[in-house]
Amino acid sequence: MNLTLYVWRQKGPKDAGRLVRYEAKDITPDMSFLEMLDVVNEGLVRNSDDPIAFDHDCREGICGMCALVINGIPQGPQKKTTICQLHMRHFKNGDTIYVEPLRARAFPVIRDLVVDRGSLDRIIQSGGYISTHTGGVPDGNAILVPKNDADKAMDAAECIGCGACVAACPNGSAMLFTAAKVTQLATLPQGRTEAARRVCVMTEEMLSQGFGNCGNHYECQAACPKGIKVQFIAKLNREFIKAKLT
Amino acid sequence: MLPTSSVGRKLVMAATGQLMVLFIILHVLGNATIYFGLLNAYAAHLHALPPLVWSFRLGLIILFSFHIFYGIALTLENNAAKPQSYVMRNDLSATFAGRNMVWTGAVIGSFLIYHLLHFTVQVTNPALAAAKHMDTLGRPDVVRMVIKSFQDLGIASVYLLSMTALWLHLSHGIQSSFQTWGLNSEQSLPIIKRAGAFAAIVLFLAYIAVPVLIAMKIVR
Repeated sequence: MNLTLYVWRQKGPKDAGRLVRYEAKDITPDMSFLEMLDVVNEGLVRNSDDPIAFDHDCREGICGMCALVINGIPQGPQKKTTICQLHMRHFKNGDTIYVEPLRARAFPVIRDLVVDRGSLDRIIQSGGYISTHTGGVPDGNAILVPKNDADKAMDAAECIGCGACVAACPNGSAMLFTAAKVTQLATLPQGRTEAARRVCVMTEEMLSQGFGNCGNHYECQAACPKGIKVQFIAKLNREFIKAKLT
Repeated sequence: MLPTSSVGRKLVMAATGQLMVLFIILHVLGNATIYFGLLNAYAAHLHALPPLVWSFRLGLIILFSFHIFYGIALTLENNAAKPQSYVMRNDLSATFAGRNMVWTGAVIGSFLIYHLLHFTVQVTNPALAAAKHMDTLGRPDVVRMVIKSFQDLGIASVYLLSMTALWLHLSHGIQSSFQTWGLNSEQSLPIIKRAGAFAAIVLFLAYIAVPVLIAMKIVR
């Protein structure tokens, strides 16, 4: 396959950045999108050009590091799939592909397609945890968790914190990310104790980190590679109301 | 006292929005009295109780003020959170209506001022003012004012365009307000989305019926 790429190149946080055209030649359909970028980079290095900087880690669809925006869609056009698991067979020979970094004020570009997503970590640090005694391993069945609650918490825990929801949101909001953690912990007995404080501080921290407010556009759910649902945002809102009323 | 949190301010938007939807339902029912020849009587009854009218108006002014204030504040914040858009933008689920709430809101707000000057204060078309023309029972002739106004295609078009903005605003706003209150589950979300869009169309049609039927000379 031969493809035309328009890739966002930006030397550093202060650089204005621009799209640069590249020809990706002799790409096989079995390559992942990142492997295709590797091939393009090898060509750039051979010509003594700077390779395109992009984030990646596990390349197994687990870690979420590789999130970038293909043709305006964070994590690419394949539903519930990370970029590293997106294969070139989903594109056609001769396609033109636009590759841009995740865009939000809270995700400053470090270089090219690499953005700083530390703001998500700071939301977690503010309240995305439970407090418990350390020591010996607790008995696995000491606290009973109803099956439905366990399932719901696990669904919410699927979030890999890749930031696609933020990048997809017209308001640059991290509400889906925050709601997933709030739901996961508020649904389990271990997390219930701090649920009221958690929802307040995490949504507060979200604003302090420069994210926007949820506008109920549901772009986040459509872009999420793990299928995190906007019903968790409704759950967050309920938790917030409950926290303010009690 | 006033909320500063993200969810708190959105709850104010949802609450004031929902109360205003109740008002526009009430308003359109009042409009319907024109089909039964009862509009002058309805208007006379409404204005027979000034304390009630004014407390209702005061309530509405408070609702509008909060909705507009937080609407603008949240929009400015949201725009600041997304300073750079994509060269290639691709909406997966966001709608034109949802993305342009602040603009359709601005159209509705401007229309509201015109609408009040037109039918309540009656200064935009003084020749048609109901306060100056009494019907046979000595009541202000609201029917004459409404019919003569909408026979002017310019005025009818302003109302039609403004109601289109209201339709777009409600088609996102109604479903959005339920989500903000947390009244959503996996089963109910698609239903609420469709019901909200349907209610917005019904209200749009109910509102444009009066100017359109008059402009078409069906109501005269």
